[in-house]
Amino acid sequence: MNADLLAAPAQLLPAREQMALTLMFHIVFVPFGIALPTMMLIANYKGLKRNDTVALTLARRWSHAAGLTFAVGAASGTVLSFEMGLLWPGLTGKFGEVFGLPFAIEGVLFFLEAILVAIYIYGWRRLKPWTHFWLGMPIPFVAIGGAFSIISANAWMNMPAGFTIDANGQITDVDPIGAIFNKALPYEFGHFLVAAYMAAAFAVASIYVVGWLKGRRDRYHRLGILIPLTIATVLTPVQFVVGDLTAVAVFKDQPAKFAAMEVVTESGTHQPEVLFGRYDSATNTVEGGLSVPGLNSWLAGGSVDTYVPGLDQVPPENRPSNVTIVHWAFDIMVGVGTVLLLLAFWFFVAYWRRRDVPDNRVFLWFAASAGVLTYIAVEAGWIVTEVGRQPWIVYNIMRTEEAVTNTDAGTLWISFSLIALLYLSLAIGTITVLRAMSRRWRRSDQTDDELAVYGPRPSIEEVSS
Amino acid sequence: MSVTVAAILVLALTLYACTGIADYGAGFWDLTAGGRDRGRLPRSLIDNAVTPVWEANHVWLIYVLVLCWTGFGSTFASVMSTLYIPLALALLGIVLRAAGFAMSKDAARARMRHLAGWLFGVGSFLTPFCLGTAVGAVLTGRIPVGNAAGDEITSWLNPSSILAGLLTVAVGAYVSAVYLLAEAHRHGTAALHGYFRFRARAAGVTGLLLGLGLLLALHVDERQMFDRVVQRGWPLLLLSLALLAGSFRLAAGVRVWRMRLVAAGGIAALVGAWAVAQYPYLLPFSLTVQDGAAGPATLRWLLIWFVGALVLVVPALILLFWLDQKGELGEDPATSRIPAQGGSVQEGSSVQEGSVQEGSAQA
Repeated sequence: MNADLLAAPAQLLPAREQMALTLMFHIVFVPFGIALPTMMLIANYKGLKRNDTVALTLARRWSHAAGLTFAVGAASGTVLSFEMGLLWPGLTGKFGEVFGLPFAIEGVLFFLEAILVAIYIYGWRRLKPWTHFWLGMPIPFVAIGGAFSIISANAWMNMPAGFTIDANGQITDVDPIGAIFNKALPYEFGHFLVAAYMAAAFAVASIYVVGWLKGRRDRYHRLGILIPLTIATVLTPVQFVVGDLTAVAVFKDQPAKFAAMEVVTESGTHQPEVLFGRYDSATNTVEGGLSVPGLNSWLAGGSVDTYVPGLDQVPPENRPSNVTIVHWAFDIMVGVGTVLLLLAFWFFVAYWRRRDVPDNRVFLWFAASAGVLTYIAVEAGWIVTEVGRQPWIVYNIMRTEEAVTNTDAGTLWISFSLIALLYLSLAIGTITVLRAMSRRWRRSDQTDDELAVYGPRPSIEEVSS
Repeated sequence: MSVTVAAILVLALTLYACTGIADYGAGFWDLTAGGRDRGRLPRSLIDNAVTPVWEANHVWLIYVLVLCWTGFGSTFASVMSTLYIPLALALLGIVLRAAGFAMSKDAARARMRHLAGWLFGVGSFLTPFCLGTAVGAVLTGRIPVGNAAGDEITSWLNPSSILAGLLTVAVGAYVSAVYLLAEAHRHGTAALHGYFRFRARAAGVTGLLLGLGLLLALHVDERQMFDRVVQRGWPLLLLSLALLAGSFRLAAGVRVWRMRLVAAGGIAALVGAWAVAQYPYLLPFSLTVQDGAAGPATLRWLLIWFVGALVLVVPALILLFWLDQKGELGEDPATSRIPAQGGSVQEGSSVQEGSVQEGSAQA
């Protein structure tokens, strides 16, 4: 533990730990909330257009998974909105009027999404097929709008805008629209949206690839792989471009975060790209790691002569508190992204040639692990953004310890332990339910009932026979 | 403008009380429905009634929170930091409930489902109770402005706040019993009619006693607020009483929608009485709505967005409730766990019919 963390109030650590835990949990469900509706509607459309019951079955099952992840996401999202006040009253009390509007927008869009998802999930049996499809159609757009709002609020914390601070330290000239469209919004939103689609698509595909590997090579599994994997294949190269733009923007906007991401200690040109290694905050040096000369400067500015400011330019008390974590998270994110790009390319070439799921076992194992890999990248990316911003909760304006609650540290540790326990059981519960769902689906694959997606409900006699 | 935003806040709170808190009431009846066999029929009705709409109902709370920290940031910060313990417990209840929901959805084994039911029930008591004590703490002027400036324990652990918490639970239980009575009527399950009528009566009487108790406690505890409640709030209190009593009388009849609207109106009047008594204070008696409000630009945009929200959400919400009441929405037979109704299922209640089998097969 370094010096400035020890000087901070005792409740800061449990507050940060609790926030980190709840955010990292919530973010698992976010990609599904954003991207699963798109996939289910694609399957739904395919099914209706070609009278394809397999595609319709997929769509209906995905809608149930979406409903479950949506419910858990709603609960963990509620936790976050409580925590904004429970843990960080200094932030919401002072800046709520500046960056609160996107949360209000998100609240309403989330509301709309909850309503539409409920109609879609519970409407399969009795609504007319095309009516049902069109009622589901707005869901992906509403979800994207919600993501836009939340990312806008987060981007504001990185690039605060839309207010001025007068001589007395009071907030004046509040402009909520200026706060929403802050400088970091375009790249943060672009980067996250593509990441969310990739994460959900790779995760869904990998589930069906596992079934494929176990020999379930039917049309159901083929579609279950091809729809999401096509989405992922299109988006992965896009993410490389967007990710690079994001890194360059962070280099310009938040030099201290960039220095931590790339673990640049001394400012200068011809900066090497250091892979992994360990940062020593006492001496401001890096131990170990693999160094590629000049690459960092070249990536940041297109030439080895690019000057990259290092951590030496930041006063020690303002340096990110966990440089090693930020740096490793960044390297992991980029590393995983590169691996996934290879996978996407492989799938593209193989599909081009055979018009089917590739038969190569190495490919299949690779694709089966892509779901977990992409989630590792999402979590790592979130760590880069959030931990990399420290010690600022509002970049260069408010320190995290100024925002934390004055509630007793002991109380916070108790609530953190409770939340941790509870989330563990929630995670186990969710996984159990999803597994039970898939087992039941597999059982019912042998019956015809499941394939009658639309139409009146079967009567009691039919179901029980 | 700040008063308009405060009015929207009260409106959102009212809607949450009429929908979300009522869902917790349903959870309370689920918890107290008795053993596995005895409780099967009411639980199936509760599950069927709450499942498609609870998430939409729950979002009002999130809207209240974000409206609060955007429009009245310092108040939000003061309330949340002083009332850390009850609000964290309310949050615990929300997560427990969600965990119960997630587990029960497809829990194959009876023991797992039993546990899920418990989580659901405990959460259903904890959350409204804690939210009610928080309201009690604000009402009795125990929240000073500042970061955890009030007492962390006595602010909510006092007779007035506890009575307010219990009253919230009772109100939720009453409203949900009335709603469920209407649902029982809609599904033609005559056996549950008397069942929920009795519970509505019990919750109504309990709520009345708790309400009187709260007034008495307020008289002793914070005389100034008592006077305001009685002097300004009395028309609304009387209206609330009349509507709630009316909803109960209607419960005997067949006008399902009217009964529910009247009950909801009674709750709205009750929330209104609180708001009127507290006006113009956000935090009695130290911070007024005007002083605690955000700047004009923020308030203006909140109002603009409120209109946008109305345009977006109201049609969707009407569609949801309309489809739900028409019986167009329902569980898949494959995923539902609603047990059989015996011979009492009537024409038009196919939502339950179709989903009968799975539940009874697993039970």
